[in-house]
Amino acid sequence: MRKARRSMLFVPGDNPGMLSTAFVYQPDSVMFDLEDAVSPREKDSARLLVFHTLSLPAYKDVERVVRINRLDSEYGLKDLEAAIRGGADVVRLPKTDSAEEVHELESHVARLEKECGCRVGQTKLIAAIESASGVVNALSIATASTRMVAIALAGFDYLVDMQTKRSGGSEPELFYARAALLHAARAAHIDAFDVAYGNVDDDEGFLREVQIAKQLGFNGKSLIHPRQVYLLHRAYAPSEAELMYAKRVIAAAEDAHGKGQGVVSLDGKMIDPPVIKEAEEVLSRADVA
Amino acid sequence: MKITKEAIAGTLESSDLLVKVAPNQKGTLEVVIRSEVIKQFGKQIRRVIDDTLRKLEVSEGSVVVEDKGALDYAIRARVQAAVLRGAGSEELDWRQL
Repeated sequence: MRKARRSMLFVPGDNPGMLSTAFVYQPDSVMFDLEDAVSPREKDSARLLVFHTLSLPAYKDVERVVRINRLDSEYGLKDLEAAIRGGADVVRLPKTDSAEEVHELESHVARLEKECGCRVGQTKLIAAIESASGVVNALSIATASTRMVAIALAGFDYLVDMQTKRSGGSEPELFYARAALLHAARAAHIDAFDVAYGNVDDDEGFLREVQIAKQLGFNGKSLIHPRQVYLLHRAYAPSEAELMYAKRVIAAAEDAHGKGQGVVSLDGKMIDPPVIKEAEEVLSRADVA
Repeated sequence: MKITKEAIAGTLESSDLLVKVAPNQKGTLEVVIRSEVIKQFGKQIRRVIDDTLRKLEVSEGSVVVEDKGALDYAIRARVQAAVLRGAGSEELDWRQL
């Protein structure tokens, strides 16, 4: 069963105190940030910190993501080399507007994997979508590479591009982008991350936004503060009844499989592949919670 | 790698360190370490710094480290960043790291 990807915790790449402790909050993914969190004069030093952080044994059970700068910046390729040579599980590309940018990233990743003797294809990709163009091109971005494991919506830049701002409440200004990204992710069979919530002191607002994301179908959210990890996991955890039912579905399916039966019923309902898949998803969400 | 100018890397925040490098007119390598945990971890800090400098082939210069309880990986990264800045080097040989 695939591990759930609910929480992606941002960690500034130039902060050793945070880099060495983020794992204790048990996010599903930790994202070492070389982009916006790091000032231009500290990019070189942060790159080395992240390179060495990737080898810390403390992160062996956490998905390690590195957010690089855009490839058309003076930092992007250097960041990518540090990420690949450090053994990052995933590279997150910011401000992705088109599939061509993913293609370019993919070719550089493959080259670097060969150069450092890694298995070609081992590094996965996530594209962050932060503009109207990116949202319109979401499906082609999501399907641009077999390395793609997720797309993420980044709200701040997107709303600036859309000439609006956060309203709170039901957030109608993000509705189209969220729906477009989700449809692209589902059509591409990859994960979708909702926007980060910036006010780290507002648990109520954060949880309201989590409920919107969860109900729409997002796998999880990008997080900018460790305290949001627990809140998110608790909100995404299935109820006791959902969990019990999921366990019964899996048990019934395994029993039927053992008997060589194609289909089985449980409580009068047919247990078919979509029901089994949903039960597995429930169990994966309950795994950490 | 030759240190040709003064440079610093890191901060004095907790779990970090500040590394200052400078050319040394005497042609020797001088390393000074100050740390809040020098009694407990002084030997280990020294070992990591010496190993990092050796891999970067730094044989002369002045290196002053103000440690604030950094882990080994951060010590390596900050020493490397300071040396690269001090050498004015943009190109990295990743095998040296």
